[in-house]
Parts: sequence; structure tokens; C-alpha cells
Amino acid sequence: MTEEALFRAALRSRNLVVGNLLAAAFAIGALLSLFWTPYDVTELAIATRLQAPSAIHWFGTDHFGRDILSMIMVGAQTSIAVAIVAVGIGMGVGVPLGLAAAARRGSLLDETIMRGNDLVFAFPSLLIAIMITTVFGPSALNAIIAIGIFNIPVFARLTRGAALPIWTRDYILSARVSGKGPVRISVEHILPNVTNLLIVQGTIQFSLGILAEAALSYVGLGVQPPTPSWGRMLADSQTLIAIAPHMAMFPGFAILLTVLGLNLAGDGLRDLLDPRIRNAPP
Amino acid sequence: MLRYTVKRLGSLLASLVVASLVIFACIEVVPGDPASFMLGINAQPDTVAALRDELGLNRPPHERYVAWVSGLVTGDFGTSYTYRSPVSEIVVERLAISLPLAIYALSLTILVAFPVGILAATRRGSLTDISVMATTQLGVAIPNFWFALLMVLVFAVNLRWFSAGGFPGWDAGFLAAVKALTLPAIALALPQASILARVMRSSLLDTLSEDYIRTARAKGLTGRQALRRHALRNALIPVLTIIGLQFSFLLAGAIIIENVFFLPGLGRLVFQAISQRDLIVVESVVMILVFAVIIVNFLVDLAYAWVDPRLRSRA
Repeated sequence: MTEEALFRAALRSRNLVVGNLLAAAFAIGALLSLFWTPYDVTELAIATRLQAPSAIHWFGTDHFGRDILSMIMVGAQTSIAVAIVAVGIGMGVGVPLGLAAAARRGSLLDETIMRGNDLVFAFPSLLIAIMITTVFGPSALNAIIAIGIFNIPVFARLTRGAALPIWTRDYILSARVSGKGPVRISVEHILPNVTNLLIVQGTIQFSLGILAEAALSYVGLGVQPPTPSWGRMLADSQTLIAIAPHMAMFPGFAILLTVLGLNLAGDGLRDLLDPRIRNAPP
Repeated sequence: MLRYTVKRLGSLLASLVVASLVIFACIEVVPGDPASFMLGINAQPDTVAALRDELGLNRPPHERYVAWVSGLVTGDFGTSYTYRSPVSEIVVERLAISLPLAIYALSLTILVAFPVGILAATRRGSLTDISVMATTQLGVAIPNFWFALLMVLVFAVNLRWFSAGGFPGWDAGFLAAVKALTLPAIALALPQASILARVMRSSLLDTLSEDYIRTARAKGLTGRQALRRHALRNALIPVLTIIGLQFSFLLAGAIIIENVFFLPGLGRLVFQAISQRDLIVVESVVMILVFAVIIVNFLVDLAYAWVDPRLRSRA
């Protein structure tokens, strides 16, 4: 498919267009908040606390009178940054490890990589965050490290698991017969065949990264006040949900829509990039 | 298969040893030493000295490690500093809630995800497929603690079908206990079931576009026969990977969900122990959770070999 045809197909994909628009809306909100927000998020206004959504405060105010729309805009920065870095760590380290393990299946290298993975994987990101927090105290960096470390074995195992059946294919045998080494086969034949699985998993991990960051902040292990974060906002809303439900609704929907947008975009990409899926019999 | 199992068993033991070393090392590097860390900065020196003695901190690290691991093996996890009772007793008490919760959530996940994923893949592009994809998109995107909060609002506060939180204990009757775990299990299962259904669909679609499925159809097999005999088994490999990954998400997710529903489980225990700086409890609970995940991984690897004989041939 030519680049132009691909671009036209991308515009026709409803998932891709809607997903990108949703994700872009939050990314723009996050960028905009670097320069401008409707109100200062550090400004407390007890007189106007717990106000319902209105023309003055579109999303209402919280228990300190802070503007919820402004807090959601600033909170988007944290969520997106943490998730991007965490997926980058996971893919950057995990995929090469998974390819290497599959290429040398049954070897000491495979065994070492997989057992190393098991070991890291045996510590869910929340447990890693708990252990880091126990020792160093809570922070956004802890959240990035915890989620990033947890992503490594996810990508390594997935890559290895998907690469193993491909290594038993006849065309790999022909490639070996023609003298290609394991590194070249991995890059030229295995990687293109697992890319789509990685894109789907990448979007899942990105959205999981946003969800994990929210969860860590919710239990107080991530970003610390006064920096706004969606998870922290939900934690604050919990005891006030009966009298100020808007405090819980808007940050919740912010997480939901961002993650939804990313997933739709990932799905659209997958359908667009995989000719086998595009042409598969119904 | 036996040779493969024995080999995997060896690396399972190695993983457990290394994991225990990592956890032990983490607790070792807390600022100051564990005794002064647990007691805080205002503690009297003689109190710290007494606790150091009680925890055996005056002995060299390798001796303490061996003592800790032998304790773990024999079920003696030490004594909690805040609860003043054996950690093993507290853990067993809490595990009676967390383990059934995780199993309940995992069962819900599989029970929902498998049929839904298969249905969507076999009817690709239909209204069923589109509805499944739309619903699972939402399910994947909802933060489970937020969903839990919304469920409490609807089913506990407004409709009063369930209690808002707490656990009556297994003595109160099986049904009452299961009822108390139902909302938490749904909250834990919703995102996992959505992910698994999507992976099942995507993996099955990959398999259904393979040549051997076309061959099977050409031989005269119906779509359903080709699916059952050839496609499903091959589609299960990535699905098994995800189920293995999900178990640890369920255990970790339980820490958060148990807090939303005030369930006195293992997750809530570890979180309380963190805030109370009860290192002995943190160390033991983290080790148990890590142990559980490693065992599940081991079982998933065995399941791989069972599903795909090619994978055990060169092990």
C-alpha cells in the first residue's frame, strides 16, 4: 500500500479518527496547561468550594474551591508523561529480550532472560511501587519506575510467545538455509510478524500505564499534593461522593476517555496495518 | 512432558530463591536500619536496641537471610511488630478473603471473556462483534477503583442490593460471604475480562486467517468444526500469556479494591503495614504474593507445553 493510500484508509477508519481526536484533546489540554489554565490550580478558594458545574466553573470546584477543569488539564500532563515513559522502558528493553530468547530457545540465554522476566514479572507494579515507597517515600518518579519495570516482562514474554511459533515455520527454515543469522532473521522476519501484536499490546500497556498511575496516586503512592493528578482527585472525591458527585465524575471520565481514545487509535492502527486481518474471511 | 516439567521445576526454585534475595535486600537498604526505620526518628536508643535484638539485627545478614528463609519454609514468618502476633496467623486470616476474591474474579473473567471473544471473532463485522468491541473498549478504559465506587453508589447506596463494604466472615455462611465479595470481584474482573475477550478475539482472528484453516474448510469441515478442531487450540497461546499476566494484576488490583470496599484481605494488610512501617509484615506479604505469581507463571508455562507440543520438543 502506498503512503497516500494508507493515509486515505486511515481517514476512513472510524476507530482511528475518533481515537486520535479523543487522545489529541487530552494531549492538547495537557500542553495548553503548561502555559494557561482557566484558574490557578494552587489557588484555594474555600468560599466557592464544592460548587456544581456552572458557567463560571465548567466542571465545578473541589473541597478546596479549586477549579476541576484546570486540575484535569494539569493532571493530564502527569498521566501522559508517566505512561509514555513507562511504555518506552517496557518496549525498549522487553522486545529485544523477547526476540533474543526466542531466537536461542532452550539455551542458557533464553533460560536466563525468561527467569529474569519471571522474577521481575512476579512483582506487580503496585508491589514494586510499594517497595520503592517503603524505602524512598512516594513520588511520580516511583510511579514511572514501577510501571516501566513491570512493562519489561510483559513485552518480553509476549514477543517470545509470539515469536516461538514463527520460528517453526518453513520460511524461517529457508532463511536459515540461505545463511541468515538469528539476529537478521529476528529483525527481518520475526519482528514484522509480531509488530501488530506489539501495537495492540503497546496501546493496552499505555492505557494500563495511565490507569496504573491513577491507581498509584489514588492510594497515595504516586504524585503528591499539591500537584494535581486524576487518581488523587478521585481519592479526594471518595468521602464526598454523596454531596459532590461531580468531583468523582469528571476525573473518572477524563481517565476513561483518554484510555478509550488510545485504545481506539490502537485498534484502528491494527486493522490498518495488518493485511491478513483486513482481508480475513468473515 | 515429564522432562520439561522437571526442568521448569528447577528454574521455579531458582526464581523463588532470587526473589527472596531481592525482597530481603530491599528491606536491608531502608534508611538507617530496619529497627530505627520501624520506630521512627523520635525513638529512644534503648527501644531501638531492644527491637534490634528482637529482630536479630545484630547477627550478620547471611545468617538472618537463612533464618528468614527457613522460617518461610516451615511457616514461621516472624512476629508482627504492630499486631504483636505471629505473621503467619494474620496472613492465613487475610488470605481467606484475598484468595477466594482473586479466584472469584479470575473465574468471572474467563467465564465472560472466552465465549464473548469467540463470538466476536467468528462473527467479525456483525452487530454482535461491534457491540462486543464497544463494550470491551469501555471495560478496558474504566479505572476499576472508579467503577467500584460507582457500583457502591448504585447497588449499595441507591438500590441497597449489596452492602457498601466490609466482610461478614466465612462463619456467616457461604452465600453471605460470596455476596460480600461479589461487587469487588466484578470490579476486579471487568477490565480483565474486557482485555481477555479482546485478546481472544484478536488471536482467533489471526488463527482463522491461516492457510490450514482454509485447508480444513476445503476438506469439508464446517466453520464450527474448523474452529473447534484447529483454530481454538492454536489461538490459546497468547490468551494463556495474558491469563498468566492477569493473575498478578488481580492480586495487585485487590490491594486497591480491598481498600474501596474495606475488605480485611491481604492487600489491605500490606497497605496498613506500609503506613505502620511494619517491615516484617510487608516482607512476608510481598514474598507470599510474589510466590503466588511465580507459581502461576510456572503453571502457565506447563499449559503452553500442553497446548503446543512443539514447544516442549526442544525444551
